[in-house]
Amino acid sequence: MPKGSDIFLQNVSKIVVFLVLAFALYLFFTGHGSPGGGFIAGLMSAGALLLLALAYDIETVRKVVPFDFKLITAIGLLIALGTGTGALLFGQPFLKHAFGHFDLPLLGDTELHTALIFDLGVYLAVVGVTMTILLTIGEDR
Amino acid sequence: MATIVEWISVLLALAGAVFCAISAFGLIRFPDVYMRSHAATKSAALGVLFILGGAFLYFWAVDGAVDARLLLAIVFVFLTSPVAGHLNGRSAYRSGVKMWKGSVRDDFKDVLEKAGTSAPDAAFEKEKPKLP
Repeated sequence: MPKGSDIFLQNVSKIVVFLVLAFALYLFFTGHGSPGGGFIAGLMSAGALLLLALAYDIETVRKVVPFDFKLITAIGLLIALGTGTGALLFGQPFLKHAFGHFDLPLLGDTELHTALIFDLGVYLAVVGVTMTILLTIGEDR
Repeated sequence: MATIVEWISVLLALAGAVFCAISAFGLIRFPDVYMRSHAATKSAALGVLFILGGAFLYFWAVDGAVDARLLLAIVFVFLTSPVAGHLNGRSAYRSGVKMWKGSVRDDFKDVLEKAGTSAPDAAFEKEKPKLP
């Protein structure tokens, strides 16, 4: 990529990518009580990476996020399946979720729910699938 | 107190709507892509910023909730709308869209000619990154 050919887009997307990723993180954690969740957070993260791919090129995205996105999809599905089968270990039906209140060092009294882990699986699967589609279409081969 | 802030937010939302309407009129009335992009980018962005600011003030005063998402949206629109306008105009120029016939000045053409790429598409083709 030649330097200075798209200097506005490149410099602004450097900032905007972090804004979008932060908002995706917010949507991911707020999903229980207000609109949001793993699906939309995954789509927004993939959108941030797509913006990076538009401003720079696909090689840059591969360098910034050096993971195989097909593997990320598989890991996400395994996590979602793991939260489902984890309930079986406690003698509960499949996909039975549990929650509890914990005293975390900085956050204080926090309600932690196993649905968040399931949502993490959804998030990883959505990011993986979307980025695989985008990169496969984008590459000229 | 809350009434004053409600009035301010009403005025902000109204001003934003008026700015957006002016932007739409500009989109219809202006003769070429560059002027239309000028109208669509600036006044529409300002209108959206005013409306978002009014909504933020309203929920802050009435509900007592500081909605960080609205502040983030203000920053986001403020950052991205000019860049989108820049990219629109640039890609229009590079693909050879003519300016309005009353235009008197074209500095970008001189720069492109000095770089030896007077044809609109040639410069882009040379800079185009090679995909793997």
